Formats: sequence, structure tokens, C-alpha cells
Amino acid sequence: MNRSLARSKPLPLARRRQATGIWKDYQLYLLLILPIAYFILFKYVPMYGAAIAFQDYSIFKGVTGSEWVGFENFRELFKMEQFYIVVRNTLMLNFLDLIFSFPAPILLALLLNELRVTWFKKTAQTLLYLPHFISWIIIGGLVYQMFSNQGGLVNNVITAIGFDTVPFLTEKNHWLLVYLGTGIWQSAGWGTIIYLAALTGINKDLYEAADVDGASRLKKMWHITLPGIRPTIIVMLIMQLGHIMTIGFERPFVMGNTLVMDYAEVISTFVYKAGLQSAQFSLATAMGLFQALVGLFFVILSNTIAKRFGEQGIW
Amino acid sequence: MTNEGKLNRIRLADIAIMIIVGAAMLICLIPFLHIIAVSLSSKQEIISDRVTIFPRGWDFESYKIVFQDSRMLRSMGLTIVLTTAFTIVSMIMSICAAYPLTKTQLKGRSFFMMIIVFTMFFSGGLIPEYLLVKQLGLLDSMLSLILPGMISAFNLIILRSFFSSIPDSLEESAYLDGSSHIGTLIRIVLPLSLPALATLSLFYAVSRWNGFMDALFYISNSEMYPIQLKLYQVVMNSMVTDLTAQEGAAATEVVAEGLKAASIMFATVPILIVYPWLQRYFVSGVMVGAVKG
Repeated sequence: MNRSLARSKPLPLARRRQATGIWKDYQLYLLLILPIAYFILFKYVPMYGAAIAFQDYSIFKGVTGSEWVGFENFRELFKMEQFYIVVRNTLMLNFLDLIFSFPAPILLALLLNELRVTWFKKTAQTLLYLPHFISWIIIGGLVYQMFSNQGGLVNNVITAIGFDTVPFLTEKNHWLLVYLGTGIWQSAGWGTIIYLAALTGINKDLYEAADVDGASRLKKMWHITLPGIRPTIIVMLIMQLGHIMTIGFERPFVMGNTLVMDYAEVISTFVYKAGLQSAQFSLATAMGLFQALVGLFFVILSNTIAKRFGEQGIW
Repeated sequence: MTNEGKLNRIRLADIAIMIIVGAAMLICLIPFLHIIAVSLSSKQEIISDRVTIFPRGWDFESYKIVFQDSRMLRSMGLTIVLTTAFTIVSMIMSICAAYPLTKTQLKGRSFFMMIIVFTMFFSGGLIPEYLLVKQLGLLDSMLSLILPGMISAFNLIILRSFFSSIPDSLEESAYLDGSSHIGTLIRIVLPLSLPALATLSLFYAVSRWNGFMDALFYISNSEMYPIQLKLYQVVMNSMVTDLTAQEGAAATEVVAEGLKAASIMFATVPILIVYPWLQRYFVSGVMVGAVKG
């Protein structure tokens, strides 16, 4: 009696689902088919295609038919003077970005967080996010309009107050400043979003307790706000450090010109010129693969270091 | 210390912060104001370098030329179609991938996640990707600007963490009513995710609107240039030529300055129109889960 009563009760949901197994969930697998196929075709097939770095690739013979040459392309690459210049420039630009562009959104987020007037804060955020949504082509155009030697707004102002024209875009050290400044201009505002999100997670009681103790605003910022967003800062720092070898193509490509190539030629633009403009596919792929492997090494390294210091890391 | 003194100090600090943030806002804004001013000023004023952030000698000639340039309009139309198609395809694919990956009963879930996340840190490189697109016969076709970048692993992870934050009880009750997974996704999960969907659509749309690297690689037929590549050809090329040319030789080019500015505005205005409408959806919550991979 007792047993039959128990049996007539519906099985718990988890049990029922288990009973019907994978078949019950076939729709989940159905949904996944196309996305996974996408990742395999457009992400993993090119990884296999990178094998041409070890070949004397011929576009007619393809990856399967081309002759294998071992590390010949890498040997040739490491012999090129250009190789060391583009690697140095990539590391230099990324490292300077890390020093100057990385703290900017943190500072800006702290300031935005202190704003009490809501409409002002909203307006500020709207305006500060905007540059993130502008293409590098347009930013390149804006930079030219602002900093050109002939008729650029900044130089017009400089000459109007009696100084000499500054070669912002044509002398490499000045160009470097403009390059870094543009990076801050484009990314600082948008970068605050992630820190502002982290700031909302800080326990409000901490501030009240600090108020009772008579802590100043600066003290609260230093002892409560900053430690509160430290995990976020660390994660962002790891990501940036991990990408120290990876440089976007568009920013250096658009901002560079022949007079500043000493600094503006980086790995991505080199790969484009060697690979697509001069059809040295194997050499360019070797460069790309070198970058990807060193990049992966940096990601793993920075993640390990973060964990060693008791931080969460990214995986 | 008196109460009044403390109040004053706080107000002073507030004003100081507002001034600093205000300066940052101004720095964001000035380049745009300047380019708008140049695009609307007369040639004489531009040549004599008198245009700052206000138009001088109002002149709509530059815009007339841009709007009469059929190739420019064609590029614009094409880019609008391309961006719309890309955004729709990308969103569908991202939703299809993100939803199953929130389900703990999915076999191989962590394996699928791993093969997706790994692509964020390692790639075959530009050349193998180019050769793949070439082999698939996609060069010089719009598909080359849609398919290779249609899912961003980063956006996918944002969406997945948003889906995860929806209480399970809501989905469970739908299952009890006999709803299938896809039915639950469409009827329960998606309507609850509108802010996230709006934000991600904006991310995808903006990346497609602004991106030109793939177009530079894959599209050689100038009839099919998206607007950014067209702009690069029209604006940047001539600017860089000016920059590196001898002084004086470039003097004739300066006249076209207004035209370049108008072209830049032409390609920026669609973003400026859409941006404020979607900006309110950048809920901080959407970004929280994104930091961790």
C-alpha cells in the first residue's frame, strides 16, 4: 500500500529529465551545431592553415601540396632587420599604452563615481563613451584635422600665440605622443564602464562606517573604493599584459605615415604588407604564428603570476 | 571644525571634480566640433586657418558634393544593408550558442566553452584566414564581411552570463507546461533579455559599421567598398599625401579640406543618430559577467 502510493507520485523533475536522457535535450545540441561549426571553420581551420609557416607555400598547390621546409621561414624572418623593428615597435607601443592608457579609465571612473549631480554624470558618460563608437578611419581624419602641420587646429592655436609649428604627425617622437593620446581619447571613457560596474558592488556600509570615523573623501577613495575594484583592475591588467604582443591593425595602419614608419610599423601592418601586398604568404604566416605563440605565452604567464599573488586570474 | 566649513569643503571638491570631468568632456567633443565647423565653412575661411569650433562663412557646398557623389551614396547604402544583415546573423548565432551553454545538463559543456574561449587567446593569423576566405570563394563578396566574424567570443560570453542570471524557476515552470527548449528560449528567456540583446546588437552593428580591415583584405572591387574603406580611400589617402608632400605642393589640396570633413561627417552621422537611443541600454549589469572568461 505504502509503496504503491509512493510510486503514483510524479518523479522529481531531475529524475524525469535524466530518464529521457540526451534525447530530451536534442534541441540544445541542435542550437549549438551552427555556432560550433563556425568556430571550427573560421577559427580552427586557419590554425591548421598556419602550417604554411613551415612550408614553401604555393597558392596553386595549397596547404596539402606545398613543400615542407621546416623552420626555414622562421630562420629567414629572424635574419631580417625589419623583424626586430616591428617586434620592438609592437612591444613599445603596447607597453606605453599600458602605462598611459590603462590607469586613465580607473581615474575617470573614480571621478565619475564622485559626481553627485545626476544629469551632469549622465551627460558626461554619454559624451565620454562616444569616441569608442567612432571608427579608426574617422579618428585618423580627426587627428589629421587637429594636428596637421598645415592648418591643423592645434598648430593654428600654437602659432597664433607666437610659437613655432610643432611637427605632431611627421616627427616620430611627437607622433608617438599623438598616438598614445589618441588611444586614451578613444578608450578611456568606454573603459570606465567595467570599473563603474565593479564600483556598484562595493558594500555601502563601508562608506558609512568610514563617515562615522570622519574619513575624508580622498581617504575613502584610497581605502575603500580602490581596494573594492582591485580584482577588476587585476583582471584587466592580466588581459592587457597578455595582449602585449598583439596589436590591432587599424590604429597603427591609419595613424602611421611614411615619415614615422620607424615607430609605426608593427607586426600586424608588417604581416599585411609582406603577406597580402608582396604575396610572401609563408613568411607572413610565420610572423603571425610567432606573434600568436608568444602572445599565448604572455597570457598564460600573466594569469599564472596573478594566481601566485592570490588573485583570481581569468581562468 | 564647524558644520558649515565641512559643507563648503565638500562643495569645493565637487566643483573641482566637475571641472576635471568637464575638461575631459570638452576634449572628447572638440575634434567633432572642429570637423563639423570645417565641413560647414567656406573655402576662404578654411584656407586662411580661421575655422576653430564654430563654422565661419556658412557654406553647404561640401555636403552638396558628397550627396551628389553616387559612389559615396552607394557605399553608404551597401554598408547599411551589410550592417543590418551582419547584426541579425550575429545575434541569432550568438543566442543559439549562448543559451545551450547555460544548461548544466548539456554534455560536453565545458569542452564547448573551452574551444570557444581558446579562440580569444590564439588565432591562426591574418594570412591563413585570408587564404581560407579565398578558398571558400568569398573574396569580393559581401559574405566575406559577414561570415568570418559573425560570432564574437567576447559578446557570446556576455550573453551567456546574462542568460545565466535569469532565475531557473521561470524556465522550469515553462518546461512543466510542456514547453521545449527552443520554445522556452523564445517565449521566456529572450523577452527577459532585451537590454542585453540591445547592447550586444549595438556592439555587433558598430563593429561592422566601423570595421574596415577585413574589407581592405577581402574586397578589391571598389564598387563594393563599405563606407569606411571608401572613406579611407577618399579622405585618409589624400591627407597622408598632403602630410608627406612638400609644403606649397599641397596648397591646392587644402581647398578640399571642407569636402573631407563633410565626408567624415557623412559616415559618422548614422552612428551619432543611433548612439543616444541605444546608449541607455549599456546597463552596467551586462558587463559584469564579461570580465571573467
